[in-house]
Amino acid sequence: MASTSVVDLRDVVAVVDRFPALAGVTLRIGSGEVVLVRGPNGAGKTTLLRLCAGLLGLTAGDASVLGVDLRTSASAVRRRVGLLGHASFLYADLTVAENARFWGRATGVSDADAVAALDRLEVAQRIRDLPVRSLSTGQRRRVSLAVAVARRPELWLLDEPHAGLDSGGRDLVDALVAEAAAAGATVMFASHELERAESVAQRAVTIVGGVITDGGESEPEPPADGERASRSGTDLSGTDLSGTDLSGTDLSGTDLSGTDLSGADRGP
Amino acid sequence: MVRDVVLIAAKDLRLEWRSRVGAGQVLPFALLCVLLFAFALDVDRGVLQQATAGLFWVVVLFAAVLVVQRSFSVEASDGVIDALRLSGLSPAAVYLGKVAAITVELLALEAVLWLAVAVLYDTTLGGWGLLVGTVLLATVGTAAAGATYGVVGLRLRGAETLLPLLLLPLLAPVLIGATAASDIALGRSAGPGWPWAALLGMFCVVYLLLGSVLFRPLMEDS
Repeated sequence: MASTSVVDLRDVVAVVDRFPALAGVTLRIGSGEVVLVRGPNGAGKTTLLRLCAGLLGLTAGDASVLGVDLRTSASAVRRRVGLLGHASFLYADLTVAENARFWGRATGVSDADAVAALDRLEVAQRIRDLPVRSLSTGQRRRVSLAVAVARRPELWLLDEPHAGLDSGGRDLVDALVAEAAAAGATVMFASHELERAESVAQRAVTIVGGVITDGGESEPEPPADGERASRSGTDLSGTDLSGTDLSGTDLSGTDLSGTDLSGADRGP
Repeated sequence: MVRDVVLIAAKDLRLEWRSRVGAGQVLPFALLCVLLFAFALDVDRGVLQQATAGLFWVVVLFAAVLVVQRSFSVEASDGVIDALRLSGLSPAAVYLGKVAAITVELLALEAVLWLAVAVLYDTTLGGWGLLVGTVLLATVGTAAAGATYGVVGLRLRGAETLLPLLLLPLLAPVLIGATAASDIALGRSAGPGWPWAALLGMFCVVYLLLGSVLFRPLMEDS
């Protein structure tokens, strides 16, 4: 799928533990954009970020990130993104400095740059020789961010980046996002702190029940010849969802013609 | 590739050094097994001496299951396996690095266990060339198979109980070959020992090749 967008998802369905966490997501994000992904708990925000990081396969639809087709080359995307998740991605028994060095070396970052990232995140010198397991949640968050920042990713995927941080840390995250965007990187982040997040983001998209309900297309383009003219609802025609738990999923307006739903739990 | 293998192995050994799980839990467990065998078979010390090699390798395999579980449980915690996938490190390098670290940990454990069986089972160690060769090959084979199944356990519920069920049958050839070669090295049975060592070497190569190839899809699914 040829694309100039950094993120280009079309009717993407992603199933997690037999549940369609993404039930037909269409989303386009251009280079240098800072996009807030908002939605209630369980809406699919984390799944969307993991999919864009190349960590989750798609069941249906087309997805390209940084110009790479996720269906065929997800591993090629991973090294170019920086993901901050709910987990710290750190070894609890290694010190802060050892974690920074290890993940730096694993991703081709020099030791000096790894230390510089710790400095940028204002990780105190006195805790750098402490094992990560002894740190507070906020301190771990800063170290995780430092590891992600050191990679200089082209696409930042931040899941609740402000969570667990003090006010200084939250301001630092906002400044990092602004710096990244100014340097030409694209930022996609999920947050429940809407007031702060909306002041940082250039655009917001809303995801509910695994479907983008608002703001999915930044620059609407006329459909090319042979392409479906309408994107209202979701086209799952021909998709094999047998054995999938669809309870709680809003599929109104979805074209299920030809879809194999045998054995699927469609809920009440 | 070699740099990445060393990076992973050094990290795993550092983690073990910091946590002391091997020295503080796995080694005492293995020594306890050796001791319990001595209690169970002490009525006839001749049986203990005759069965030294077999008992030793059974204990090593039990301990290996714990070492493998520990090696992969650190990757399962706090999303680290996802970070490894995002790092761009070659899965084959991750696999070989983990095999190297598990091998070093098992070799250290086996050194202590040989001393323990020498004392408790009244066994005279000897046949050093064959014994050392057998230990090295059997340990690498065990680590190679263990690392392959260890990553499978990352995505299974109840991995702690499933891993022994999956791993021990796969290690049966290592147990047979290592016991036979060690018996000959210790002078408990006659015959050429090196063909058994060669068999262990073949298992090593097969397990390492299979693991290097299978680790990528197994890591993707974890």
